[in-house]
Amino acid sequence: MRITQGAFSFLPDLTDDQIRAQVQYCIDNKWAVSLEFTDDPHPRNTYWDMWGHPMFDNPDAAALMMELNACRKLYGDRYIRVVAFDSSPGWESVKLSFIVNRPDEEPGYRLDRQEAAGRMIRYTTRPYAADRPAGARYG
Amino acid sequence: MPAPAFAETELPQAAAPAAIDLREEFETSGVKDVLAELDRDLIGLAPVKRRIRETAALLLVERARRRMGLAHETPTLHMSFTGNPGTGKTTVALRMADLLHRLGYIRKGHLVSVTRDDLVGQYIGHTAPKTKEILKKAMGGVLFIDEAYYLYRPENERDYGQEAIEILLQVMENQRDDLVVILAGYAQRMDRFFESNPGFRSRVAHHINFPDYSDDELLRIAEQMLEKQNYLFDAKATAAMADYIARRRAQPHFANARSIRNALDRTRLRQANRLFESAKGPLDAKALSTISGEDITASRVFALPPGKGEGK
Repeated sequence: MRITQGAFSFLPDLTDDQIRAQVQYCIDNKWAVSLEFTDDPHPRNTYWDMWGHPMFDNPDAAALMMELNACRKLYGDRYIRVVAFDSSPGWESVKLSFIVNRPDEEPGYRLDRQEAAGRMIRYTTRPYAADRPAGARYG
Repeated sequence: MPAPAFAETELPQAAAPAAIDLREEFETSGVKDVLAELDRDLIGLAPVKRRIRETAALLLVERARRRMGLAHETPTLHMSFTGNPGTGKTTVALRMADLLHRLGYIRKGHLVSVTRDDLVGQYIGHTAPKTKEILKKAMGGVLFIDEAYYLYRPENERDYGQEAIEILLQVMENQRDDLVVILAGYAQRMDRFFESNPGFRSRVAHHINFPDYSDDELLRIAEQMLEKQNYLFDAKATAAMADYIARRRAQPHFANARSIRNALDRTRLRQANRLFESAKGPLDAKALSTISGEDITASRVFALPPGKGEGK
């Protein structure tokens, strides 16, 4: 099951040139771009691991592409996303976030139902991949 | 390399979809403006200007070939600027970034100027991220490494400079489209640096040598600098400045245009002092902006016996 988080996730995967163009757009808008990766893509898991620092003062997208390729080399079997932060209001807020790398196989989520008092049902979703220990979840 | 005769350069006839007027390209791409500015703003440096013209011609032709779908290869644009201090290497590098940007060989056209300290770290594992950080900042533009030979310290085999060199070489080779590197420094030491780092020599295509300025050129540079700051020499001051340049050259640590700039800064200080002490009543704009002979002849250079020190 293909996970759909962030922008462009209902489109086919972006090519490197398309990623570069999007990142350049972010940089031209004075947003700080950074890379994050995870192997726990639960929608409520907002805190992914950071790949290096946010790139505050790189005027060209080639810098991010270089880091992206380095990140793919190490974590090519995980989810990687580009996050663009806008600090112009005086605080950092996410302006754009999109997935740029995903595992070859995405096993999807299991829906658990828990019966509670008074026939109430509590639902929870668990990624199948999360059954395996962190670091060994995909591939 | 052919002479920079843009109009006469013959276009390859075969398989050309359309003709490209190089003269028009030259004018519309803004290259003409950059070269004209270079001619106007930079005094002397004739061989440097000639090399830049040649490079611009080559790049224009390459670009025309690419548009016509002819076989082309992104030319290697890494350069080395050699010359004594104060001969305009940084200034020309800035213009070069502008030129390459207008020709479309770099995307942003900014210049990141660094020295060894910006690239090489203090302890193990510090160098690679530092160098990469600088490289990322320079991407899409020009990385200007001043006194590049300091990167290589043969006397200390555990020096981290070697690590920076390796990363630099790798990026210079693999990301030629993203970044142009200009190495700068004194001619002799750069030669030695290239000898001990053959990787650099083969990756740097253009070696441009910056000659020293003549006394005459330095005087014109001084006048130009003053003009930018809305100052001017009176007749005696011009003569004194010419004398000053000849004397200053004979002394150690002469740094061409930079020495002149420093001298002018001190001259302005003395002029301000003189005005302050001698002025009786209000001063007009002319008095405030005129440098007179005594402001220059008060310099320490005139007190020393001529020809003292190492000389040139």
